[in-house]
Parts: sequence; C-alpha cells; structure tokens
Amino acid sequence: MHGRPRTAPKPEDAAASAAKAQKLRALQSQFLSYHHDRIYTKEALDTSAKLLEINPEYYTAWNYRKLAVEHNVKESESSPESVKSIFDEELKVVENALRQNFKSYGAWHHRKWVLSKGHSSLDHELRLLDRFQKADPRNFHAWNYRRFVAALLGRSVEDELQYTEDLIGNNFSNYSAWHNRSMLLSEILKKKEQESYSQDTISKEYEFVLNALYTDPDDQSGWFYHHWLLDQTSKAKAPLLVSSWPVPGSELVVSGNVSLGDHPLSSFSKVTVALERFPVVLYFNQTVEGVNSSTVAIQCTFVQNEDVTWKPFSPQNSWASKVWVGYLDLSGVDHHSSAPHTVEVKLGHHKGIMSSNGLQLSVPFDLSFRVSVKPLETQSSKDEKLVWEEDKFYACEMPIPCLCYDGISVGNKYEPTTSDWQIGTIAEEISQIRNLLAISDSKIGKITLARLLMAHDVMSSPYATKTVHAEEVLGLYSELMKLDPSHSQYYKDERSLVLLQQLLSSGGTLLKHCFYYGGITSSSTHGPICLRLNNQSISRMGAFDKLLWVQMLDLSDNELHSIEGLEAMQLLHCLNLGRNKLRSFTALDPLRCLKSLKVLNISHNEIGLHSIDTTRYLCSASPLSHNGEVIWHGDDFTPEDADVTNYWEASMVFKSLELTQLDIVGNAVANEKFQSFLLKILPKLQFLDGQNLHRI
Amino acid sequence: MGELAGDKHVKYILCVEKKKDSFESVVMEHLRLNGAYWGLTTLDLLGKLDTVDSNEVVSWILQCQHESGGFGGNIGHDPHLLYTLSAVQVLALFDKLDVLDLNKVTDYIRSLQNEDGSFSGDVWGEVDTRFSYCAICCLAILKRLDLINVEKAVRYIVSCKTLDGGFGCTPGAESHAGQIFCCVGALAITGSLHHVDKDLLGWWLCERQVKSGGLNGRPEKLADVCYSWWVLSSLIMIDRVHWIDKEKLIKFILDCQDTENGGISDRPDDAVDVFHTYFGVAGLSLLEYPGVKAIDPAYALPVDVVNRIFFGRC
Repeated sequence: MHGRPRTAPKPEDAAASAAKAQKLRALQSQFLSYHHDRIYTKEALDTSAKLLEINPEYYTAWNYRKLAVEHNVKESESSPESVKSIFDEELKVVENALRQNFKSYGAWHHRKWVLSKGHSSLDHELRLLDRFQKADPRNFHAWNYRRFVAALLGRSVEDELQYTEDLIGNNFSNYSAWHNRSMLLSEILKKKEQESYSQDTISKEYEFVLNALYTDPDDQSGWFYHHWLLDQTSKAKAPLLVSSWPVPGSELVVSGNVSLGDHPLSSFSKVTVALERFPVVLYFNQTVEGVNSSTVAIQCTFVQNEDVTWKPFSPQNSWASKVWVGYLDLSGVDHHSSAPHTVEVKLGHHKGIMSSNGLQLSVPFDLSFRVSVKPLETQSSKDEKLVWEEDKFYACEMPIPCLCYDGISVGNKYEPTTSDWQIGTIAEEISQIRNLLAISDSKIGKITLARLLMAHDVMSSPYATKTVHAEEVLGLYSELMKLDPSHSQYYKDERSLVLLQQLLSSGGTLLKHCFYYGGITSSSTHGPICLRLNNQSISRMGAFDKLLWVQMLDLSDNELHSIEGLEAMQLLHCLNLGRNKLRSFTALDPLRCLKSLKVLNISHNEIGLHSIDTTRYLCSASPLSHNGEVIWHGDDFTPEDADVTNYWEASMVFKSLELTQLDIVGNAVANEKFQSFLLKILPKLQFLDGQNLHRI
Repeated sequence: MGELAGDKHVKYILCVEKKKDSFESVVMEHLRLNGAYWGLTTLDLLGKLDTVDSNEVVSWILQCQHESGGFGGNIGHDPHLLYTLSAVQVLALFDKLDVLDLNKVTDYIRSLQNEDGSFSGDVWGEVDTRFSYCAICCLAILKRLDLINVEKAVRYIVSCKTLDGGFGCTPGAESHAGQIFCCVGALAITGSLHHVDKDLLGWWLCERQVKSGGLNGRPEKLADVCYSWWVLSSLIMIDRVHWIDKEKLIKFILDCQDTENGGISDRPDDAVDVFHTYFGVAGLSLLEYPGVKAIDPAYALPVDVVNRIFFGRC
C-alpha cells in the first residue's frame, strides 16, 4: 500500500468497503469456478474482464484469458477477422487494466503475449506508450515495453536515442531516459568500431550531460551518466602487466620454511617460502583470463614450463582475475652450490591473455630474475615469540631496492596504452567540473572531480609511480566527509585507497614505513624487515600491486573491516591486524591463499560481536554459496551449545594454514571453549595469545 | 527516537490474518502465500512464530500446490515461481520441508529454465530476473541446485547488468533496488559475486539513502521502508553496508510504525500493511536492532533457519 495516508476508518467507509469487498469476492469466486471448469463463453470472459479492471494484479485471470484465447481461436480457425477481433479484445482489456494500475506486471505481459502472436496492429502501441510515459516518465514497465515494441517495429537505435534526448529535454532528471541512452549508445559503439567515431560520440555526450549538471548540480541522474562516460573514456584499451613478484632483475636468496629465530627476512632479497611453492605473481591493471603455461613461458634449469600451473586470485572460483600466481618447485635445486639460477618468465608472445572484453595483453613482457637457494640451517635457535611492540622496531636504513615497477624496471618496453584523446578528454572534464564547483557545492560534483583526477594520474603514469593529484583528492574526500556525513565511511574508504597509493608510490615515503624487527634475542644481525602501516586511519586496504614483496606487515590500529585483495601478498609470513574492525572469520577468507603465513594477530577486533555477517557470501567456501569445496571437519570439536557458524568459519580459514602464533584475545568469540577448539584445528600452533603452548 | 513496538506488530499481523472481509484482503487474496511468508517471517524475527498453529499453515500450503508441482498464491490459483518460493520458505521456517514431494517441486522449477539460462515465472513465459532468484533460492533450500544449468543462469543474470553496476528485469532494463536484490541474491547463492562490480554498485546503492535517512529504490525517487530490505540486503551481500548511515535509517523505519495499532508503512503517517511491516522489521534485523532475530540477506530467512538447513544445526 504505497502513499496512502494512515487514517482511522470512518464507520460509513468501513461499510462501503465491506460492500465492495463482498461484490469483489463474489466476482472472484464466480471467476475461479469458470476457470476450473474451463468455461470460455462470452459471459465467462466478461467476468474475468470485469475482475481484471478492478484488480489487474489478479494473475490467474490473465492466465485464464490466454487459455480462452487459445480455445476460441481454435474454434474460429477459418476466419482471420474473428481471430483478429479475439486478440483486439485482449488489447482492450489490458488497456482498461493499465488505466487502473499501470504498474501491473500481469497486464503488461499479457499485452506482450498478444502482440507476439502477430495478429494485431502495432500502430497504436507507440501512441499508447507516449501517453503512459507522459503520465509517468520513470515507469520501468513502460520502458521495458517500449524496448519490446521498438524491436518488433524495427525502430532504429538512432530514433530511440532521439526519443531519450526529447525526454531528457523535457526533464533532465529522468534517470530512466539516461539509463536507456547508455544502453543504446553501448549498442552503437559496439557496432561502429572506428575509433574516431566512438571518440566523437563520447565527446558529444559529455557536452550534452554538462547542461543537465548545470541545471541542478544536486540531481543525481546526470551524474551517474557522467560517471558511466568517464568509465567509457578511461577504460584502458588493453591489459597491461603493472607489477610482479619477483621484480625484473632481482637477485633472491630463498630458504625453506624455517622459524622466525633464523631471521630469514632480514633483507629485501632474502625470502622464506616452502621450497616446493616458490610463487611468481603477475599483477595486471585489469581482470584478465587465459594465463597458463602456453601463454606464459618459464625458462630455467630446474622447472619444466608445463609443470607450472597458473591460478587466478579471486576470492571466489572464477577463471578471471587481476592477479595470477604460478608456483615453481625449488626443492630439487642444489643447496650446496651458491651459484644463482636465472629464471626467465615470458608472457604475451602468444595470444591468449585477454581482458573481459576480449582485448589482448598490450605488450609482450619478459621478466628475468636470479635465485639461489640457501642451505637449510640446522635448528639454530628455539622458536621465539614475535611481539608487536613499538620498542621492538627500529628504523631501517638499508637502501631500498626496486620493489615494484617504476618504469625503469620495465625498461623501454613500456608503450603508452592511453591515447592523447583520453588524457585530453579527462583534462577537459576536470576543468569543466572545476568551473561547476566554483558556483556550486555539489557533493556528487566533488566525488566526480576526485575520480577524474585519479583517472588522470593513472593514465599519465600506468605504474602509479606519480601521484600528482593525490593531495588534492585527499582534500576533496576530507571535505566530503564533512559535507555528507551519512556517507562518510564511503569517502573514508576511497580516501584510504588514495592514501596508500601515495604512501607506497615512491621509495622515499616507503622507507619511512620500513622497520627492522629487533625482538629476536638470538639474532646477531638485523631482524626481519617489517612494513608498518599501523595507526594510519586506514579503513580499506589497497595498492597491493606495490606490496607483493612484503613478508612482515603491521596493519594494527587501523579501521579495517575487510582485507579483500590481501591474497596477492604471497610472501606474507607475519601479519598484524590487531585493533581493527574485522567482524567475522569469513572476512579473513583471503588468508586461505597465504601459505607462508605463520604469525597472525587478529586481537581486539569485532569477531563474534555481530549478528549480521557482511562477508558471509564473499568467502570462497561456504555451504551457503554452493562453491563445491565445502568439507566441514570441525563438528566433532564444536561444543553443543556453540554458534556453529563461528566454529565452521574459523576452521575453514585456519585449516589451510600452519600458524605457529595466533593472537585472538579481545574478540567476542574468543572464550575458553573457542580457544580449546583452536588448539585442535591448529596443530602447529606454539603461541596462543602470548602463552607458550610447549608443544615441541 | 522511538522504540520498536514489537508486540503491537505481532498483534497487527495476527489480526490482519483474521480480517478476511475487508476490501484490501480480498484484493490481496491471490497472493496470500506471499502474505503468509511476510507475516510469518516477521513473527519469527520477533520471536513469536509459536503463536501460530504450524499444522494449519502447512496443510493450507499443501492445498495451494498444483498438480504440476508449483504453488499458486492461494487455493485454486495457478502455480507460479513467486508463490512456490514463498511456500518453500514458509515450510523452511517451520522446519517442515519434509512434507514436500521433492521431485515434484524441483521438476516444476527446472521446467521453467529457458535455453538462455533465464527463468519464466510460469508456463506463460514471462521472463524476469526475479524468477531467476525464486528458482535458485528454492532449489538451494531444497539442495537440488544441480538440477538446473547454474552457469547459464548466472550468465543470464550478468547480462542484465546496467551502467550503474545494478541489474534490471531483463537485458537492457533499468536498475531497481528490488531487482538488484534478486540478482545479487542469486549470484550470492551460486557463489558468483565476483561478477558484481562491488564498488560501483555499492556507491549507487548507498546513494539511495536520502536526507530523511530512508532509502529509495532508484535515483530521485521517494524513500520507502521496503527498500530498507532490498538495498540493505544487497549492500550486506557485497560487504558495503557501512557506506550508509545506519542510525538514521533505523530512525526512519521506527518513524513509519503505527505505534497505536501496530504495523509499519512505506513512509511516516501512511497506512500500514503486512508487506511493509515485514520489510521494516527485516531491515531492523539487518541493522542489528536489539531484540530482533538476525535474518540472512540472501535467503531472506532467519539466520538460524538457514544454518539449520546448511549446517544441520543452528
């Protein structure tokens, strides 16, 4: 019951309503008996027509009329006139019903059904639609019907485009018309492949929408369309590899899984991973498919290319991803020889790596690095507890090698993937929106400007090494948080992504966040290097393409409630997520891909506190989302009275990890029963919430 | 801010059920099964499902079943996916799914999948992503998703994506929050949310919150309590619900209560109905309002019911 005022019924109204109800009830039961007895006489049809005029939503009556039409057409098969008149009668009934309620699904579908039989003239349909669309230009039933009729009539896309223009001219706030325009234009752009044509078309659309934006800068309709245009403009033409691990030219020393006390992470070039799973990570600027041993060739002495399986990193089972990993087996490499081995990875020489819209990798890419395997040290020290305390970290003065792509590392192979037209168009829009914002405080205008500025940065520097506009964008988001507090978390999330981009874009700012961990007493040299992004008010993680090298990461004291994307950090060994806003174990789903992870701090989050789990459907192995890999092992360990989902989810995340240290204190879920459950599902655990479990 | 008048709403729902003679209830007679789902789920969320005689409901539901296996909106009405889903959901609420002839129901649902992966609502061929959701949700609850071509069903839903990251009823149709719930829900249940552009859709959805705190279903439309369900559940499934102001929305829903006679309306001071009462209470549940049981955003059933189905225990 939409939009009807709440009033106490007057006695006479109640009486009238009861009388009306009685009449309708009689009509309905009369109708149902005709329907069940399959009576299709004129009288019976009249009853159903009357009923539908009062109550167009009475769907069984529409079905009945279809049966009646089929029956009566069969009866009168010889005469085309009488067939036509049977169908024309249906169109009349629909029109009457729509007058009563033109949001009736059943009525619109009945009309489509009649027309698709091909006995009726279509001439009247556009006029009828004009009438309805004038009365309610946003009625989506009418718009859907319009697309149906336009197709039947063979109307040109251009004519329909003109129609949207007319409606927008009448009222620019017609989002339905803008929507239809985007659909029609996509069709045109797909058909005409000439680049100059698409560019002209998009440029004209920018001019067209700008008028609407000026008319009322606070109306959303035009802005969403503008956003869509920006998306059409800034879509990189072809996929590009923007980052990888290892970085081209790097020299790496790899040791197998050893304990923290062996300080294996104490230099940027020393890596600890299981030798049989040495990861090569490829990070593209967009989602791609087709990464496999025929599109990527690996050349080295110890691995056969065909033996390398490439796996997409996507939180759910899908065949496309921005990030791909292939594992090399180093276990056969001679540990006693310190001579490094060269590994060459060549991709894009054969077609097959492509974006979702079918575009091939823009340039072939060769990356070569050298790797030597360090002999495994014999039990040099006892396992030590890692303590994430401020005084355990000290500044790292080591010069930072190239950890991610900066244009130099990829040499002269870089070819621009963005055209002058793209950059020019974005620059033009930046100045247009600046002008608009000079006379209006439109929040959505500010969001648009922030996005345009970021798009400009990405286009001028595909490896995101220059963040020219970052300061201005950060300022815009801060302003927006004040201007529109209801959506402040959205702005905060967007702001966090820009902030991370800025922090990680240059060696200088990065070095400020790199520390040695000095908490290991047995260590005589430097401890491991830790990237500390703690206490930065980060509400969302991003810039993972710059973080592929990180083995120890401190994200504590932020406002993270998700770690989406973290699965790309294949080398991660120690992770501190303490004092954030994680709400459930399903939010930790990305950790399942991090096979090197040993030390995890998730203390003082909100796990177990909330009745609604916002990541329940984003995790990769829930029985609720039918992903096919669900095996529930923990039932034996789950106490009778416990909330089964927390136990199930914890077991799902942790069973694939070999954690030695876990901090979970300060979460609602972490009671004694739960702790004893954790001990059962984490057999390698040595420290739980700081307590030595003395397992060895 | 007012409080949730839970007891009044329970009373209202029980009383609507008895008032079969008003014009409104006669007009709604053909979708009584939907009404039963709205009313009974509300009662369950408010902890009062036991005030209803489950045997009576179950036997009535079975009388709504057609020989084809599908359910009509009431006794004597034609079968349709919209009511088949409500029937299955209500039986799930009462833990009575075992009364169903499983093959009969699932054969009906399977028979409605089209070559392109879409679903017709019934034999008359109306195609809409709402029906994709009905079919997928039903079969998942009955653990027979393998009967349909899920890959094609997903591909069809993805083909209904629009410029704003949302979804419409058919390819080319405009986004609408109700339709988005159906599509995102179906993708969630089939483990296919990677097809959703979560940031784009999340932004569009969070922009549905207007100054009053309420949510609308499309840009530049009025807020309405029912979108507290459609928008919120979608935002939760894609983990972007923190982008709206929850306190303001709670206040808007509470302002739409009839605190005297019970029930919730679309907007403050409008006439109440069961539909909006359910969506208001379900919205408060998603907002973790104290005293309301948690509801699952994809299956639209209380979390304990969903857990009972999929984990074998609550």
